[in-house]
Amino acid sequence: MEKNSKSKNRREFLQSGVRLSLALALGSVSGLALSKVIKDDYVWQIDPFECTQCGRCATDCVMSPSAVKCLHAFDLCGYCDLCGGYLKPDANARTTAAENQLCPTGAIERRYIEEPYFEYHINVDLCIGCAKCVKGCTSFGNGSMHLQIIHDICLNCNECSIARVCPSNAIKRVKASEAYKVKGDFTNKPKA
Amino acid sequence: MKKLRYLFFLILLGLTTISAFAQQQRFPKPEFDSGYTQPTPETPEPRALSMEYFDVLVLLIVLSLATYFVLKRRSRQGILWLSVFTLLYFGFYRNGCICSIGAIQNMTLSFFDPNYAISLTALLFFVFPLAFTLFFGRTFCAGACPLGAIQDLVIIKPISLPKWLNKTLGLIPYIYLALAVLFAATGTDFIICRYDPFIGIFRMDAQFHMVVFGAAFLLMGMFVARPYCRFFCPYGVLLSWMSRFSKWHLTITPSKCIQCKLCTHSCPFDAIDFPTNEKDVLKSGLGPKRFITYAVIIPLWVAAGAFVGAKSHTFLSKANPDVYLAELLIAKPELKNDLDNIDIQTFLSR
Repeated sequence: MEKNSKSKNRREFLQSGVRLSLALALGSVSGLALSKVIKDDYVWQIDPFECTQCGRCATDCVMSPSAVKCLHAFDLCGYCDLCGGYLKPDANARTTAAENQLCPTGAIERRYIEEPYFEYHINVDLCIGCAKCVKGCTSFGNGSMHLQIIHDICLNCNECSIARVCPSNAIKRVKASEAYKVKGDFTNKPKA
Repeated sequence: MKKLRYLFFLILLGLTTISAFAQQQRFPKPEFDSGYTQPTPETPEPRALSMEYFDVLVLLIVLSLATYFVLKRRSRQGILWLSVFTLLYFGFYRNGCICSIGAIQNMTLSFFDPNYAISLTALLFFVFPLAFTLFFGRTFCAGACPLGAIQDLVIIKPISLPKWLNKTLGLIPYIYLALAVLFAATGTDFIICRYDPFIGIFRMDAQFHMVVFGAAFLLMGMFVARPYCRFFCPYGVLLSWMSRFSKWHLTITPSKCIQCKLCTHSCPFDAIDFPTNEKDVLKSGLGPKRFITYAVIIPLWVAAGAFVGAKSHTFLSKANPDVYLAELLIAKPELKNDLDNIDIQTFLSR
């Protein structure tokens, strides 16, 4: 009987000993992580200055259609009649017929302002993030159209499936308080 | 000296103004006469931070409730309804993200990537279930894990697997955990998230092969209870370490067990081993035998692991896109001229 209780004590001793060391291990690991923890949350962001408009944002997002949409920085737009993002490059006829439009879903709305200027407005519900207009605008225009992740659509996956296939590593984790990088200047420098 | 410095600043000023001129817009923004007001681009805010902390609160409440139902009330029904809630909230409402299983990778990355610091929510999601398990056993798996909940709800007729198969398949989580930590540490990939079989079901949207994968797991789960938890879950490895030494764990008292096997038959996971009578163990000398076996096997295991690791590192490194592209370019230098290959072109221009 005495032996039995003794062996039980040993078992309990071992058990509580290992439990204590496990608790210490867990505590130290989380303490180490806590030493550089940030209170803010992370979201994914496309750096428009590194984006190569490869078109994978449209195909590789876990959402269909993609949570990546074209964003139009009106500050940069030239309000051109012959818009490189709106019309196909060879559309010299300058008709705005559907076959001349670059956007495969007709998400870019062209609104007349005054002669000869037009405002280009992107319908987020129709945009699929294919970057065709971005490529056109960057090649022939000011580059005011650029891709951004729209955060009320984005599921904020732990690992963004587009970031995995992005050829230029343009998609990065940023703090949720600075979720967007909207183009407002021609350079990558922050506004003074 | 002072004059020189002035001259230097003057040149610098001149240079900056010239470069500012050089950055002219191709098509400058027009001056409008018609009183046009320029709209601002819409940038909807991400989910509020307070909501993320609310998730942590929900996790804490669910963990406490699961512990209460398991240890105090002994209520299977309570656990069932808690599982339904977990599935709805963490599964379908939160789309399975953030989860404690994936948080392993965030922890790893924060130790290995100097530019990354884990967010407080992810850290708490990692720590809370482990801390609870250390005291109360794996109540997280019982009611607070959406992946466990979805598998628990589809169990129809669990069959009992042979013990050797159970043990062999039970080694997969260790390999999975090792790979997950390795790939997260090298910044290659988050494989736990990528190959999560149920996330497509939670999102109601996934690639075809992941849908097949998830459906296969659920179909298998009807007969082999909780296949992902038992044979894949890398977080389960950590939890099982904690659980083995937990303080208030359900245990069988061998001296009181009458070996009716009711519990063995009702457990769908083959988790209950035959209780060993301590007197028989002492008599048969099983203890020293077991000690000697382990003393031989454990170093062998470590050596085997080291051997496999040493042999497979070249192969595993190819999973990293940078390593893959670099090796591809060494093997086939003519690909540098392939202008259509955007991966290689952007890799070269980096």
